[in-house]
Amino acid sequence: MGEKLLMKGNEVIAEAALRAGCRCYFGYPITPQTEIAHYLAKKMPQVGGTFIQAESEIAAINMVYGAAGAGARVMTSSSSPGISLKQEGISYISGAELPAVIVNIVRCGPGLGGILPAQCDYFQAVKGGGHGDYKMVVLAPSSVQELYELTVEAFNIADRYRILTMIMGDGILGQMMETVEFRDEEEIIKVDKDWATTGTEMKRDHNTITSIYINPEVLEKHNQKLQAKYRKIEENEVRVETFNCDGADIIVAAYGTVARIIKNVIKMAEKEGIKVGLIRPITLWPFPVAAFEKYSEVPKAFLSVELNAGQMVEDVRLAVNGKRPVYFHGRMGGMLPTQKEILDKIKEIVKGD
Amino acid sequence: MAVVFKRPHALRDVPMHYCPGCTHGIIHRLIAEVLDELDIEGKTIGVSPVGCTYNNYEYFNCDMQQAAHGRAPAVATGIKRVHPDKVVFTYQGDGDLAAIGTAEIVHAATRGEKITTIFVNNAIYGMTSGQMAPTTLINQVTTTTPYGRKPELHGYPIRVCELLSTLDGAVFVERVSMHDIKNIMNAKKAIKKAFQVQIAGKGFSIVEVLSTCPTNWGKSPDEALKWLKDNMIPMYPLGNFKGKDLEV
Amino acid sequence: MAQQEIIISGFGGQGILSAGRLLAYAGMLEGKNVSWLPSYGPEMRGGTANCHVIISDDPIGSPILNSATTLMVMNGPSLDKFENIVESGGIIISDSSLVTRSPKRTDVKVYEIPATQMASDMGNLTYANIILLGKFLEVTGIISKEAFEQALRKVLPEKYHYMIPDEMKALEAGMKY
Repeated sequence: MGEKLLMKGNEVIAEAALRAGCRCYFGYPITPQTEIAHYLAKKMPQVGGTFIQAESEIAAINMVYGAAGAGARVMTSSSSPGISLKQEGISYISGAELPAVIVNIVRCGPGLGGILPAQCDYFQAVKGGGHGDYKMVVLAPSSVQELYELTVEAFNIADRYRILTMIMGDGILGQMMETVEFRDEEEIIKVDKDWATTGTEMKRDHNTITSIYINPEVLEKHNQKLQAKYRKIEENEVRVETFNCDGADIIVAAYGTVARIIKNVIKMAEKEGIKVGLIRPITLWPFPVAAFEKYSEVPKAFLSVELNAGQMVEDVRLAVNGKRPVYFHGRMGGMLPTQKEILDKIKEIVKGD
Repeated sequence: MAVVFKRPHALRDVPMHYCPGCTHGIIHRLIAEVLDELDIEGKTIGVSPVGCTYNNYEYFNCDMQQAAHGRAPAVATGIKRVHPDKVVFTYQGDGDLAAIGTAEIVHAATRGEKITTIFVNNAIYGMTSGQMAPTTLINQVTTTTPYGRKPELHGYPIRVCELLSTLDGAVFVERVSMHDIKNIMNAKKAIKKAFQVQIAGKGFSIVEVLSTCPTNWGKSPDEALKWLKDNMIPMYPLGNFKGKDLEV
Repeated sequence: MAQQEIIISGFGGQGILSAGRLLAYAGMLEGKNVSWLPSYGPEMRGGTANCHVIISDDPIGSPILNSATTLMVMNGPSLDKFENIVESGGIIISDSSLVTRSPKRTDVKVYEIPATQMASDMGNLTYANIILLGKFLEVTGIISKEAFEQALRKVLPEKYHYMIPDEMKALEAGMKY
C-alpha cells in the first residue's frame, strides 16, 4: 500500500478508474457527482485518454456504447435524473453485452427532486430501469476506501462477464473526505476482446455489435444466454458484509451510508442490552440471499433501513422467505434517520412480542 | 474474359431486404466501392441506425456497430476516440438524424468529430410505414399527415446541410441525389471526398443523399425518381455547401 | 480522547470547509481515523456553509453528526442553529467579531475570540479560521502544531505555500488568546 491520502469520494472514483486502466470517460454535469468529471477532465489528457463533456446524458451513454464496443475500458457517471436519461443506452449496452462502468451518485426524487443523499434508485438499478430482461451488477460502497476498491473491481467484473457494472453511492459518499490508501499496482484482469470492432485489417470476418434480433427464436436464445450469464454472476460475484450477527437479537439490513449509521446504532443498542446485527449488501445485484438465509433464525426480526419508501426491503423479504417478520424504517427527500430514531424502532420491535 | 462488373469486396454477398426500387442498395454499393478504392475496409468501423437500414451491419464487410435510434453520431464518437487511426462512418435516415437524433448530429458536427455521416433523406419514415419525417415536404401526404403536411400544424421541413454547414466543426457538407445515373456518379464522388476528408483529419464530413421510398410514397420506382427530381430538389438544392476545395 | 466530533459553520467564503479539511488532514497525519463531510449545495459563495469532521482512535461509523463535542462558529445564524447539539462538557469556539451574542449554554466551555478583527489586524482576513483552529488545538491537544503545519503543506496549493509562516503565526495567536 502507498501513502495515506485524504480525498473526496468522487475524486477517488475517478482516480480508481484511471488506475483500473480506464482511458475513456463521457459525462454530463450534474450535482452531486461533478467532481468525477473535473478530476478526469484534468487527468485524462495527461495519460493520453479521452474526456468528453457530452451534449446530454443520452449522448454520453451512447459514446460509452461505442467505446466499449470498440474494446476500451470506459466509464460514465451521473446522478439520478441523468441516470434516468441513460436508461435507453443501459438497455442497449446490456443487450449488446458490452462491458462498461456507470456511476450513480444518487440524489432524491422523483423528478428534479433535490441534491441530498437518497437510496430511492434501488429499484431502478437492480430491477432494471430500462426495457427488457437484463441485469447489471450493482455495487454499493460505504466508505471512500471501498469506493476505490469497488471501482477497480467494477471494471474487472464488467470485462469478465461483458456486463454493465454500476457503482451506486450517494452525495455523502461522493462529497465526504476520508483516508484512502491506493495499491502500488492494480490487479487488472486481461480478457481477449476478440468480439470488439477494431477494424478487420482484412484478417478476419467482420465483428458486429448489436442488440437487435428480429427472429424470435434467435432472440429467445440470446435472452437465455443472458440469463445463464446472470445465474453465473449470482453464483460467483455476491459480496456482503455481516457484522455482529452471531447471537444477535435482531438483524438490520442496510447498505452504503445508512450501514455506517447502523454501526453507531449497534454501539448504542449494546449499552441498552440489545444485540443488533448488520447485514450490509455490497452487491445490491446479485443480492446476498445466502447471508439472510444463514441468519433467518435470528430470535426477533429483520429490519431494513433505507433512504427511500421501502425498496430493498422487498428483496430482504424474498430472502427471509417468511421465516421471520421483516420491518422497514426509511426517510426520504434527503432526510437522514438519526441514530436515536433507529434505536427507538429497534426497541419497539424487540419489545413488541 | 475481362471482368467489367463485380460486387465490391466491402459489400457482403447476402441478399438485401430493401423494397423494390429503393435506393438504399445503391448507396450501400457506393460506400463499399469507396472503401475498396481507398483500401480502407480493414480499418473502417461503420454504425448502423434505427430505421429501414437497422441491420445494414450485415451488408458491409467492415466491422459494424448497431446504434439506438438517433444515437449513431454519439456511438461513432466513442469508437473514433478509442481508435483515432481508424475510419468511422454512420449511416442514418431522416427520422434518425433529423428528428430523434438532432442533438447528437449537431454536437458531433460541432465537436468536429473526425467521422463521416451518410444521411439518407427520402422525406418519410419507411420502416414504421410512412409517417411524416422532419424532411417531409409541405403538402406531402403521409400516414400521420393524411391531409398533407401543413406548416401551421406540422411546421416546416428541415434542411440539414444548410443547418450543419453553419458549424465550424463540419468541414465537408454536400447534398447529392439518386434520381439518375449522372447524379449517382456525383454522389459517389462526394462520398469518396467525405471519407478522404476524415482520413486527412480535417473534421466532420456529411453527405446528404436524396433518396426515394416508392412503397410509402405509393409510387412506382420510376415515378418515385421523377417525384424526387421535381419535388425534393427544389426544396433541397443539390451541391456542395462546404469543403469543396479542401486538400485531401 | 476516543472521538472528537467537530462542526464548523459560517458563511461560504470564510474558509469553513478548508478549516475542516485542515483538521481532518492533520488528524490523519497524527495517525487517527478521520472523516470530513461538507454541506453541499448550489451556493458557492455567501450562503451558509458547514462541515462535519470526525477525528477518532476507532474506525468511524457514520460521518454525519447528530451531536458534536466541538462547535466552531463564524456567524450568528450558525450559533443559533447548532448551539443546542453540543454535548454537555463540550466546546464552543466563536468568532466574536461576527457573532454578536454569547452562547447561552452553561454546561460547555466557551471561547470567544475576535478572530476576524485579529486577522484584519494581521493584514489578511483569511487567517480568521486559522486563529479559531489555534484555540481548538490548544484546548483539545489532539493535534500538534507540527502536524498542522504539515497539513497546510498538503492542503494548500503550492502557490500559496509562501503564506504558511503567517498562517502559523495566526494559529499561535489563536492558541495564546
